Amino acid sequence: MTQSAEHILDHVDLFRQPEYKEMLENKRKNFEEPVPDAERDQVREWTKTWEYREKNFSREALTVNPAKACQPLGAVFAAVGFESTLPFVHGSQGCVAYYRSHFSRHFKEPSSCVSSSMTEDAAVFGGLKNMIDGLANAHALYKPKMISVSTTCMAEVIGDDLNAFIKNAKEEGSVPKDFDVPYAHTPAFVGSHITGYDNVMKGIFEHFWGGKAGTEAPLVRQPNEKINFIGGFDGYTVGNLREIKRIFELMDVDYTILSDNSDVWDTPADGQFRMYDGGTTLEDAANAIHAKATLSMQAFCSEKTGEYIAGTGQEVVSFNHPVGVAGTDKFLREVARITGKSVPEALRKERGRLIDAIADSSAHIHGKRFAIYGDPDLTLGLAGFLMELGAEPVHVLSTNGGKAWEAEMDKLFASSPFGKNCHAYAGKDLWHMRSLLFTEPVDFLIGNTYGKYLERDTGTPLIRIGFPVFDRHHHHRYPVWGYQGGLNVLVWILDKIFDVLDQNTIVASKTDYSYDIIR
Amino acid sequence: MSLAISESIEDIKARNKDLIDEVLEVYPDKTAKRRAKHLGTFEEGKPDCGVKSNVKSIPGVMTIRGCAYAGSKGVVWGPIKDMVHISHGPVGCGQYSWAARRNYYIGTTGIDSFVTMQFTSDFQEKDIVFGGDKKLAKVMDEIVELFPLNKGITVQSECPIGLIGDDIEAVSKAKSKQYGGKTIVPVRCEGFRGVSQSLGHHIANDAVRDWVFDKQDGKPAKFEQTDYDVAIIGDYNIGGDAWSSRILLEEMGLRVIAQWSGDGSIAELEATPKAKLNVLHCYRSMNYISRHMEEKYGIPWVEYNFFGPSKIAESLRKIASHFDDKIKDGAERVIAKYQPLMDGVIKRYRSRLEGKKVMLFVGGLRPRHVIGAYEDLGMEVVGTGYEFGHNDDYQRTTHYIKDGTLIYDDVTGYEFEKFVEKVQPDLVGSGIKEKYVFQKMGVPFRQMHSWDYSGPYHGYDGFAIFARDMDMAINAPVWNLSKADPLP
Repeated sequence: MTQSAEHILDHVDLFRQPEYKEMLENKRKNFEEPVPDAERDQVREWTKTWEYREKNFSREALTVNPAKACQPLGAVFAAVGFESTLPFVHGSQGCVAYYRSHFSRHFKEPSSCVSSSMTEDAAVFGGLKNMIDGLANAHALYKPKMISVSTTCMAEVIGDDLNAFIKNAKEEGSVPKDFDVPYAHTPAFVGSHITGYDNVMKGIFEHFWGGKAGTEAPLVRQPNEKINFIGGFDGYTVGNLREIKRIFELMDVDYTILSDNSDVWDTPADGQFRMYDGGTTLEDAANAIHAKATLSMQAFCSEKTGEYIAGTGQEVVSFNHPVGVAGTDKFLREVARITGKSVPEALRKERGRLIDAIADSSAHIHGKRFAIYGDPDLTLGLAGFLMELGAEPVHVLSTNGGKAWEAEMDKLFASSPFGKNCHAYAGKDLWHMRSLLFTEPVDFLIGNTYGKYLERDTGTPLIRIGFPVFDRHHHHRYPVWGYQGGLNVLVWILDKIFDVLDQNTIVASKTDYSYDIIR
Repeated sequence: MSLAISESIEDIKARNKDLIDEVLEVYPDKTAKRRAKHLGTFEEGKPDCGVKSNVKSIPGVMTIRGCAYAGSKGVVWGPIKDMVHISHGPVGCGQYSWAARRNYYIGTTGIDSFVTMQFTSDFQEKDIVFGGDKKLAKVMDEIVELFPLNKGITVQSECPIGLIGDDIEAVSKAKSKQYGGKTIVPVRCEGFRGVSQSLGHHIANDAVRDWVFDKQDGKPAKFEQTDYDVAIIGDYNIGGDAWSSRILLEEMGLRVIAQWSGDGSIAELEATPKAKLNVLHCYRSMNYISRHMEEKYGIPWVEYNFFGPSKIAESLRKIASHFDDKIKDGAERVIAKYQPLMDGVIKRYRSRLEGKKVMLFVGGLRPRHVIGAYEDLGMEVVGTGYEFGHNDDYQRTTHYIKDGTLIYDDVTGYEFEKFVEKVQPDLVGSGIKEKYVFQKMGVPFRQMHSWDYSGPYHGYDGFAIFARDMDMAINAPVWNLSKADPLP
C-alpha cells in the first residue's frame, strides 16, 4: 500500500505503483485473452506504413475520429449570441445534454439550452404537443426575450414543421403572439456545426426582417452607414469578438456584431449566475437590415446567411478566418473601404509590432513543416499565417471542408513558395491524419484537443488551436483575430517550438550543448 | 454559509415545503402539477422518498437528463475496450460523447483497444432517404480490414435508425457469419426511446444477454475455475474506480474474473456466467443482467458500496458472507490493513469539513452511494436526487438519508438553482452542466460523474482522494474572493 494521508496519490501516480501494476498485468494475462504482444506490435507497425495509408484512404463508409460536430451544436452557438435568448432544440433531449456539456467543457462556463424532450409517442404522433408545452414552460421559467428554435435529427426524420408548430403554439398561448420565436431546421445529417450556425443566423434575420412570422410588415431597408459583423462558429469567440469591437472602436466604425456570445460565455464569478449576458439586442438584430454592408469573418459559416443578406441589397464581404499580417490587412482594408474610415495610427503600430515579433522569431519557424486540421475557414486562416511565417502547412485537413474549400486551399498554396509541397484533404478525419503523419512526418501539428491522440501515436507535438479545447484552460479568452490575435497565435506556436527544442536537448551529460539559455 | 445547526427537523421540513411551493409557483399550472410529484422531503420511516420517478421529462424545463444512446454507448458498452463501438447515425452523438467519460483502460489505443475513439457511420441525407444498412455493412468491412485486432463490434443506434426502419440485426447477423462467428451486437438504443439514459442501460444489458451470453451457452470456462471467482458488475472505472475496488477484493482472497464494463473485455463478459458471485456496484445500470444471470445461471448477486471507509467495511463483510471463513478472515484483514490510512485521512480532513452541508444531484447510484463517504468526513447531505433513478433507487435511498432531506427527481435547471440559493449548502455535487452555474454563485462544486477529472473515489485508496478533493473544493481561497466586493 503506497497511499498515505500525508501524500495522497490520485490516478496519475496511483496506478503506477507496484501493487496496481501487478494486479493489472494479472488481469490482462488471465482474463482478457489479450492479443500476443508480438502480433500487436506487428499490427501497430503496419498501421504506420504506406500500404495501410492507402487502405485507410480508400475508406468509403467508416469515419474514425472526425473533426466536426453536427448542425444543432452550431445552432445553439449562434442563438446564445442574441440578447436574453434561450435556444430551444426540438427533438430528443439527450442531444441538448450533449451540446451543453460540450460548450461547458470548452468555455468552462454554464451553457443554457432547453429541449422539447420528444420520446416514442412523439416519434409516432409528431412533436407538436412537445413544442406547445415546451415553449410555454421555457417562457415561464427562464423569462427569455427570444426563443430560438432549431431541430435534432429525430424531429427532422419524422418531418416536424417548425413554422406551423410555432404558429400553433402561439395560438395555444404558449408565448405571446408577438414574442420572437425565430426557427431553423438543422438536420444533423446535413453539413456540420458550421451549417447549423449558418441556418440559425439566417432564420433569425428572416424572422426580424421578413415580418416576424407574418405578425408585422416586412422591414424595408433604409440604408445607413453601419456595418454588420458575423464571426461564425468560433472557439475563440470570447477573445475575438472583444478584439473586433476594440478595432472597430479604434477606427470609429459604427457597427453591429450579429450574434455576440462573448459575454454569455465569459461571465464573472461574483456570486450571481447569469443565464443571459450581453448579446446582440433584438432591436439591433432587426435594424441590421439597414446596414451598409455585412462582413463575415468565416465564409463557410455564413454561405446562406450571406446570400440572404445580400438579397436585401447590402454588400456582403466574407473572409476565411484571417490570421496574421496579410489576413488582417485585407480585413482592415475592406472595413476602411466600406466605411470610408482610415486605419488609425494605433492599429498601424500594432501591425508594426506583429511584424517586429515575426522578424524576431522567424528563424525558429522558417522551414518548419506543419499539419493543420479544423473547420474550413480556420484552416485557411492558419495556413495563410504559417506561410507568412515561412513555414509549410504540409497537410491541411478539414472533415467538414468540401470541394470549394479544397479549391480555396489550393489557391492559397499556389500563392506562396511555402505552399509548394502542401496538400489539402477535404472530408477526411483524424485517422486519415494519423496515416499522413506516419508516412509524411511533419514537425508540428495544429488542431483541437483530440489532436493529443495523434501526438501520442505519432510523436508530432500538438499546438492546440481550434474547437473544442477541453484540456487547456482559458485560451478562448484570447483573440486570434487582428494583429494582436496574430501575436497570440505566434506566441503559442513559438512556445511549443521552444518547449520541444528544450525537451530534445535536456538530456544531462548527453546534450549539455544546445540546451541554450538564449534562443 | 450553512443554516444554523440548531435548526430543528420541523423547521427544515417547513422550509423545504415553502421552497417547493415557491419554485412550483413559476410553472404553468399543468407543469406545476406534474413537477410537484417529483419534489419532496424525506419522512423518516417511509419506504421511499415520496417522489415519482422514471417518467418523461417535461419539454422546455431544462432537464439534466440524457438519452438511451448515452446509457448504452456512453455507459454500458463504450468501456468494453477490445470491441469497436459504432455510433450509428449522424456524427454528433459520437462526437459529444467521445472520450468524455474517463473510462480508464490498459491497452494500445487504435490497435487492440478502442475506447477513446469515435467510430461513426456519419449519416448523410442519402442514408436517411435510402436507409443505412448497406453503409453499415461496409462500415463493418472497413473496421475488420483497418482494425484487424478488434474482438467484436457493437452498433449503437442513434435516433434515425429506428425511425427509418433499418434492419441492423440482419446486417449484424450476416456480417458475423461472414467473419467466422465474430461477435457483432446490434443495440437498439435510439435516443428517443424511454425517458432518460436508463432505458439505454436496460437495452444494453439485454443486448449482452442476447448477443454475447447465448452464444456461450454450453461452452466450458476458458480458465480453471475456483470457488472464489467473482465478477465486478456496474463499475465503469471512472478515473480508475474499478481498479481501486478490484485490489480490495483480491486482497481478501477473491479472484475477479471480469469487470463490467470499465477496463472490460469481451472475454471477461463471456466468462461472467462462470462466476460464483456477482458483486454489483451500480445497481441502476446493471441490475438487469445480474438478475438474468441469477435466473439463468444461478449466480447470486450482492450490492455493495465502496465509497468511504464505513460503507467499504460493511460491503467487504457483506461480500465475504457469501464465502467461507478464509474470505471472511480476508475481509477483516483488509479492513484492518487500511484502518490506519483511513484514520490518517479522517484526522487530516474531518476538522476542515465537519458540519459542512452538501447537496447532490447525480445519475442513478451516487445520489445515495456517496452519502456515507461524506458522513465519514463529518459532512451532511441535506438534499439529493436522481437524474434517472427509479422507485427502487428511491427505496434504497431511505437507508442513507436523514429525516427532512430535500428530494428532487429529474430536477430542472430552474429548481436546482433556486434550491441551492435558498438552502445554501457548502458544496454541490453534480455534473458538468451544473458546475459553472453554482461556481458563479460562489458555491463550491465537484463533478460527481467524472470526479472532476480526479479519482479514483472507490475503495480505500479512492477515499483519500475523495477527502482531499472535497477539502480543496470547499476550502479553496477563491470563494472568499468571489464573495467580497472591496472596491469603492
